[in-house]
Amino acid sequence: MNNTAEKLILFALRLITYAIVLVIGYILFDIIRNGAPALNWQFISGFPRRSGAAGGIFPAIVGTLSLVVGTIAVSLPLGIGGAIYLAEYAEQDKFNTLIRLAIVTLAGVPSIVFGLFGLGIFVLFCGFGPSILAGSLTLACMVLPTIIVASEESLRAVPKGFRDASLALGATKWEMIRTNILPYSMSGMITGSILGIGRAAGETAPILLTVAAFFLPRLPHSIFDQVMALPYHLYILATQHPEADRIRHMQYGTALVLLLLVLGLSLGAILIRTHFRKKFRW
Amino acid sequence: MSEKRDMSRSRKLFITDKLMRLLLVGAASTSVLVVCLIFLFLFREAGPFALNPGLGKLLDSQWIPVSFQEEHFGVGPLLAGSALVTALAMLVTVPISVLVSIYIAEIAHPTEREFLKPFIEILASIPSVVLGFFGLLVVAPLIKTTFGLSTGLTALTGALLLSLMAIPTIISLSEDALVSVPYALKNASLALGASHLQTIFRVTLPAALPGIVAAVMLGIGRVIGETMAVLMVTGNSAILTASPLSSVRTMTATIAAEMGEVPFGSVHYQALFWIGIILLVITFFLNIIAQRVLKKYGMMK
Amino acid sequence: MVEQSLYPNYPKDLEMVITTNQVNFFYGLTQALFDISLLIPAKHVTALIGPSGCGKSTFLRCLNRMNDTIPHSRVEGEISINRKDIYAPGTDVVELRKEVGMVFQKSNPFPKSIFDNVAYGPRIHGEKNPKRLAEIVEQSLQQSAIWDEVKDRLHANAMGLSGGQQQRLCIARALAVGPKILLMDEPASALDPKSTTRIEDLIGELRTNYTIVIVTHNMQQAARVSDYTAFFYEGRLIECDATPKIFTNPRQKQTEDYITGRFG
Repeated sequence: MNNTAEKLILFALRLITYAIVLVIGYILFDIIRNGAPALNWQFISGFPRRSGAAGGIFPAIVGTLSLVVGTIAVSLPLGIGGAIYLAEYAEQDKFNTLIRLAIVTLAGVPSIVFGLFGLGIFVLFCGFGPSILAGSLTLACMVLPTIIVASEESLRAVPKGFRDASLALGATKWEMIRTNILPYSMSGMITGSILGIGRAAGETAPILLTVAAFFLPRLPHSIFDQVMALPYHLYILATQHPEADRIRHMQYGTALVLLLLVLGLSLGAILIRTHFRKKFRW
Repeated sequence: MSEKRDMSRSRKLFITDKLMRLLLVGAASTSVLVVCLIFLFLFREAGPFALNPGLGKLLDSQWIPVSFQEEHFGVGPLLAGSALVTALAMLVTVPISVLVSIYIAEIAHPTEREFLKPFIEILASIPSVVLGFFGLLVVAPLIKTTFGLSTGLTALTGALLLSLMAIPTIISLSEDALVSVPYALKNASLALGASHLQTIFRVTLPAALPGIVAAVMLGIGRVIGETMAVLMVTGNSAILTASPLSSVRTMTATIAAEMGEVPFGSVHYQALFWIGIILLVITFFLNIIAQRVLKKYGMMK
Repeated sequence: MVEQSLYPNYPKDLEMVITTNQVNFFYGLTQALFDISLLIPAKHVTALIGPSGCGKSTFLRCLNRMNDTIPHSRVEGEISINRKDIYAPGTDVVELRKEVGMVFQKSNPFPKSIFDNVAYGPRIHGEKNPKRLAEIVEQSLQQSAIWDEVKDRLHANAMGLSGGQQQRLCIARALAVGPKILLMDEPASALDPKSTTRIEDLIGELRTNYTIVIVTHNMQQAARVSDYTAFFYEGRLIECDATPKIFTNPRQKQTEDYITGRFG
């Protein structure tokens, strides 16, 4: 291979990479440019009118946020608990293999299949109906593997010496974990989890069948209520709405709010992580 | 007195310790439980179909679930739709992802890498419905005018969007694989007088190949299971075709589009759950094989 | 009490606080210790020496059951501390570890303040009184000869201390629980010569109140700090005797070869 050819190939690789960067940039640019004009207080805090062709998207924002909170409430304790077991207690036995297989499997299940599952078990079998509860439980099952993997990584980053020293001072295993593992790994666990949950907040397929309401211009009263949700609202406005071609600004506005919410969660999580990384160094 | 208090304290500690262990085992078992429940409930809802009208109906050549004459529940056209879109998407995704991961892992300047990695990560966190929306308004018209079609809602449009979704996953996994190739190996090649690029393509890439293969399989799993973007931009006609420029309907889109309108427990409803089972089985095996590959070549993290 | 046949050079009235009888230890199927029978005298320093992988650290970690945390490990034989079998069923490991403190090769202060590091042990054992805690912390820091260096910054993060200071802090942390026995696993191997000297001086001061068992690969160190020395080789106890005896006139050929530097 001579020098010119080599330079050419290097250039081509760089070109492809930056083409992808450009595409990503353009997607963000397109959504922001077209969505920004629609963003105003009325749009954020108002209730939708004319099946969403006018007014705001407040109920959909509240719906998505309540799903996020519900998902966190269910998945965080389970996921972090499971990760603590895997990182601190598990031995190389069949049970451990089984759990790891389950996590890998769960991580690969398509989101629409989670929707079917949630419909079958939570909506119908448990009788929750389409509700925040059913939707949160479905999303929680979906993000569980992400939370476990992120949390386990964070736990394993704590040096072994802390564990030895704690135990040698007479701490029981749980005391050791509570006083000398969790304080240093908690921020990492929460960050990783929120990154996963942020992604879940943008998911449509699992909530399509378990919670989302087509048009419901009021706020939920309890976890057994149906709600509107941003991703589903965008889907409806863009593809199912009779005036779809004439309400582009509503669609772009919704897309931008959803994007900001999801990216905002991720960004917030990353900021928390940087903050805590400075606090604990070893 | 103090001795007694000490005893009760250590007893309390002992019990707390056992209790926490039990709770954590419980939490860890949840994932096993959820996997079992997924299989259980999918089969529970889909089950009756096997007796009436019978599983043979799934082999029908058409998918016409609502009809005044005879309903057809052949998953073939849907499977073909998913396969076509997935194959097209991977055709675009794999070369791009591998080349970009090579650039990021082996060529890019460290500060450049610090920028590229999180930027490409952003793509992974854009909700699929937003990408689908972008596809509907930007990509579909582009396809329409480029190929002079009557509609831009084609298998190709779906594939392009899916590849946007798979690219960050595959890039990040194959970059891990490339980075994990030992320095000694790269240095040995460089010491023999191979150029930087020769080393990358003859030594690093082959050594990282199992990891890249696993990344691609996981990417395929993700693409087959993706719903919203394809639902929005592939046109959703359930016909058997191999043309990238015709409209197709995938398994996921079918479930999403029709589940909202079927009566619970109907034959159609059960058929949709069978599609779910097929999806689950396909992604399950893709996943298992990918893990096997990673394990076999010791690339498990 | 002392078996004169095995320990001809030990004083007759020596009180033995740790006795081990035919201890075997297994990592899975690999046997790491073979029939270790060793007596460790109270309020003296006993050094465990031998080449790497000879089992001296493994043995040390049996004495406070730290090996319990290793999956698939197994202990056979009898280890008694103050005549209580510490591997007997129903033994409270927490109580045992309160009695037997440990200092590790790599200093491992928690990323907390100096005060909280030392107060960690007393706190988990139920001490809540802040005045009492402060007393314990000061006393422990003074005992481990670091009080003067840190008394003005007790609430600074312990990670900011130098390596030698960190190790003395870890000793203070172990002392704060009120142990009678201190196990030290190569406590100075990661330190510079000056810090090492300070740790060795400290061990010299602590021997009046504590029974110390120290693992070291540094023979000069063993000679300097210990009263008795046990030589391990390939998982077996080769010889145990008064330190001057071991270093001047060992009974076993292997011991002589090792201390004269013929292998190891």
